[in-house]
Amino acid sequence: MARNRGRFLVLIAAALIFSSALASSIFQPISDSHRSAALELFNPLGGSFSSVEKTYEELRTFEVLGIDKRSDISTAACQSVSEILGSSSSTLKDLFYALKVNGILQCGIKEDVFEGVASRLQAIVGGASALLDFYYSVGGLVLIKGQTSKDDLYLADAEGVFRSIKLWTTLAWNSPTLSRALLGLVADVALSQSDGRWRYNSNNPESSTFAAGLALEALAGIVSLSSSEINQSLISTTKNDILKLFDGIEKYDDGAFYFDEKLVGAREHQGALSTTSSVVRGLTAFAAVTSGSLNLPSGKILGLAKFFLGIGIPGDAKDLFNQVDSLAFLESNTVSIPLILSLPATVLSLTKKDALKVKVNTVLGSNAPPLTVNLLQVLRSGSKDTSLIESQELKFDPENAVYTLDALPKSVDVGKYTFVFEMVLHDSDHKNLYATGGQIRIPIFVTGVIEVDSAEIAVLDSDLGSIETKKKIDLAGENTVSLSANHLQKLRLSFQLSTPLGHAFKPHQAILKLTHETKVEHMFVMGSSGKQFEIILDFLGQVEKFFYLSGRYNVQLAVGDAVMENSFLKAIGHVDLDLPAPPEKAPQPPAQPLDPNLIYGPKAEIAHIFRAPEKLPPKKLSLTFLGLTLLPFLGFLVGLLRLGVNLKNFPSSSVPAVFATLFHLGIAAVLSLYMLFWLKLDLFTTLKALGFLGAFLMFVGHRILSHLASSSSKLKSA
Amino acid sequence: MGRATSKDAQALIHSLRSAYAATPSSLKIIDLYVGFAVFSAIIQVVYMAIVGSFPFNSFLSGVLSCIGTAVLAVCLRIQVNKENKEFKIDDVSFNQLQDLLSERAFADFVLCNLVLHLVIMNFLG
Repeated sequence: MARNRGRFLVLIAAALIFSSALASSIFQPISDSHRSAALELFNPLGGSFSSVEKTYEELRTFEVLGIDKRSDISTAACQSVSEILGSSSSTLKDLFYALKVNGILQCGIKEDVFEGVASRLQAIVGGASALLDFYYSVGGLVLIKGQTSKDDLYLADAEGVFRSIKLWTTLAWNSPTLSRALLGLVADVALSQSDGRWRYNSNNPESSTFAAGLALEALAGIVSLSSSEINQSLISTTKNDILKLFDGIEKYDDGAFYFDEKLVGAREHQGALSTTSSVVRGLTAFAAVTSGSLNLPSGKILGLAKFFLGIGIPGDAKDLFNQVDSLAFLESNTVSIPLILSLPATVLSLTKKDALKVKVNTVLGSNAPPLTVNLLQVLRSGSKDTSLIESQELKFDPENAVYTLDALPKSVDVGKYTFVFEMVLHDSDHKNLYATGGQIRIPIFVTGVIEVDSAEIAVLDSDLGSIETKKKIDLAGENTVSLSANHLQKLRLSFQLSTPLGHAFKPHQAILKLTHETKVEHMFVMGSSGKQFEIILDFLGQVEKFFYLSGRYNVQLAVGDAVMENSFLKAIGHVDLDLPAPPEKAPQPPAQPLDPNLIYGPKAEIAHIFRAPEKLPPKKLSLTFLGLTLLPFLGFLVGLLRLGVNLKNFPSSSVPAVFATLFHLGIAAVLSLYMLFWLKLDLFTTLKALGFLGAFLMFVGHRILSHLASSSSKLKSA
Repeated sequence: MGRATSKDAQALIHSLRSAYAATPSSLKIIDLYVGFAVFSAIIQVVYMAIVGSFPFNSFLSGVLSCIGTAVLAVCLRIQVNKENKEFKIDDVSFNQLQDLLSERAFADFVLCNLVLHLVIMNFLG
C-alpha cells in the first residue's frame, strides 16, 4: 500500500517535472499526436467547408502531416474549385485559394479556364494599389505557372510591379516621405517602411509585420515570374529590409523567437502565431528565389522553429494549419534548416538503471543528417559546481535513430541536474545548411530509492534526559508502537536518510503529525543535520499548544520529495499523553469541521408570538347595557307625553308647512348622514355631504324660524 | 335638629314642586331633555366601570356627547327663559325681540348639536 502510494507520488512528480521541462527547454518535433489532433479539428460536416480558404487549410495540413484523407473531400473540393475558377465573378481571394487547392488535389482544370484566370489576374496586377491585391494576384499567377504547361507566363513590367510594392530607398531611413517625394516616377504607392515592416496600402498608415510577410511572398512571386533579371539592387535592399525586420524579433526565455504586431487594435489583429507564420512563409519564399545568402543568424531560425514547436498541439484548426505549414517551410528552407534535440524521458531512475536517450530530428520529425551528440557537462542544479563529468560522446543506435548513454556516470546521485548537449555535424558543408543551436541545456531529474534506517521513537524524562521507553520503528513495514507520556517528559523521534550512493539527503518534507481522538491535529517539521533527522517534542512547552487535551494521540510520519521514489506517509503508533487540566482562560481547540448533514439539515421551527387579543366583556353584558342605554330615551318620550306635548305650533298654511317639514327632514338627514359616517363613510365624504346639507338646512331653518318668530310676535302684538 | 331638618326638607321640596309646576312647558321639555342626557351618561360610566376602559375613545365620545348636549340644552334654557331679562327696553318691542331671540337660540342649539355630534361620530371610531 505504501509502495503504491509512493509510486503514485513519483508519477505525479514526474508528470509535473516533465510538463514543466517541456515548457522550459524541451521541444518535441511533430508527432502522431499532431496527426490525431488534425483529424479531430478538421472534420468537415457533410464534406464541404464554408470557404475555399478553409478547404485549403485542411488539405495543406493533411498533406504536411502525411494523412491521406483526400478521397473523402476531394470530389466536393474539386467541384467548388472548378466553379470558382470558371466564374468571372469570384473574388480575388477565392481565386487564389482555389488555385492552391488545385495545386494539392490536381483537379484537372481545363487550359482555357486557366487562361481566363491568368488574364484576369494580370489585369489586376497592373492596376493594384493595395498589398493584398498584389499578394493574391501575384500568388495566383505563380500557382498557375506551376500548374499548367505554359512556360511563357510572365508578368509585364515585373520590375515596375516590384517597385510598386517596394519603396526604393538608399538614403533617408528616417524619412520615408522624403524618399517618396524623390521617387516621383513610381505609381506613388509607398507601402514598405524603413523599419522593414510593410503597410497594407498608402492610405492606411498602420504598418504591420504580417503585411511584411505577405509582401515578401509577393515579391518572391514577382521574381519568379519576371522574364528578365530583376535589378540586383532591388533584391539587396529587400534583403536588408528582411534583416531589419528580424531586428525587431521578440523572444521567450526558453529560446523561442517570434514576431508580434506592435500596433494593437489595428484592423484584424493578427496574433503572434499568424504573424510569425506569415513572416516565415515570406522569408522562405524569398530565399528560395534569390541566390546568395541572407546572412540571417541561424539561431533566429532555430528560435522560430522552437516557437512553433513550443505551442504543442493547438486547439484551433487555423492555428494548427499555421503551425504545420510554417514548420513545413522551415523543414526545407534554403536559409538554414533547424534540427531539434529532444529527450523522450527527462526523469531517469537509478533503481531501474535508466539509460539516457536523445533524439535529433528535423521539425517535422524526419531523420537528421549524420551527426554526433556530445554530452558536454552535467551540472547539479542550484549549485555552481563544475561539471561532474568530462565531455562524452553518445552512442548512436541506427535502428531506433536514438543516441544513448548506456550508463549514467557513477557520480550522478539522486537530484536535479542540468545536462548540456552539443550536436556536431559530420559533413562540413552541412554546417551552413543546418541550425544546430550550439549548447543545449536540459533539466534532468534523477530519482532513486532513499534508504531509511535507524528509526526509533523514545520518551525521555525532561530534566535528566534519560530514556524512559524506547522503541525501534521499522519504517518499511507496519507499526503499532504504543507509548505513554506526561507533560513533564519529551518525545523524541529520529531516523537516518541516505541516497543510493550513500550521501546525506534532505527531503522536501519531513513532518511529524499528532492527531488527538477529537481530530485536533498538530504538525511538526523535523530538523536535520547531515544524514540524521531528529525531533524532540518537549511537552512542557507544548502544553498550551496542545490545548490541554489529554488522551490518545495517533502518531504519523511523512517524508517525501520529488526525486524520492519511496516517499511515504506512515502511521507509527500512538502516544497516550497526560496533560494537566486547562486553566480558566485556556484557548479552546479550533472547532472541527461539522458534519455537513448537521449544518444543512432543517432548522427548528419558529413559534411566532402574536399580540394577545384584548379581553372583551361577555356579549350578554354588553347587550344588557345597550338596552339600559336606550332606557333614558324611553323615559324622555314618556315624560314628553306626560307633559302634554303637542304639535299645535306647527304651521298650517302650505308654504311654511313645506319649510317646516323640510327643516325636520333636513335634521333627520344630517343625523342619518352621521350614522352612515360611523358605519362606513370617511370624514371627507361626510364633510362634503354635510356642507350641502348644512347649507340647505340653514336656509330652510332660517325661513321657518323667522316665520315662527314673526307669527308669534304678531300674535302677541295683536 | 333632625326633626326640624326633615320637616324643613319636606317643606322645601313641597315649595320647589309647586314653584316648578308654574314654569312654562317649553322649559320643562328642556329640563326633561337634560335629565335624559345626564342619565344616559351615568349609565355609560357605570358600564365602563364594570367592563374596563378598553376602547377609551369610544367611552369618551359617548359620555361627552351626552354631557355636551346637556350643556347646550342648558344654554338654550337660559336664553329662552322669559324671566331672564338680558336688557331692559319697553315691553312691546321686548316681546317681539324675545321671540326672535328664542328662535335664534333654538337655531343655535340645533347647529351646535349637529357640530358636536359630527365630532363625536368621528371620535367614536
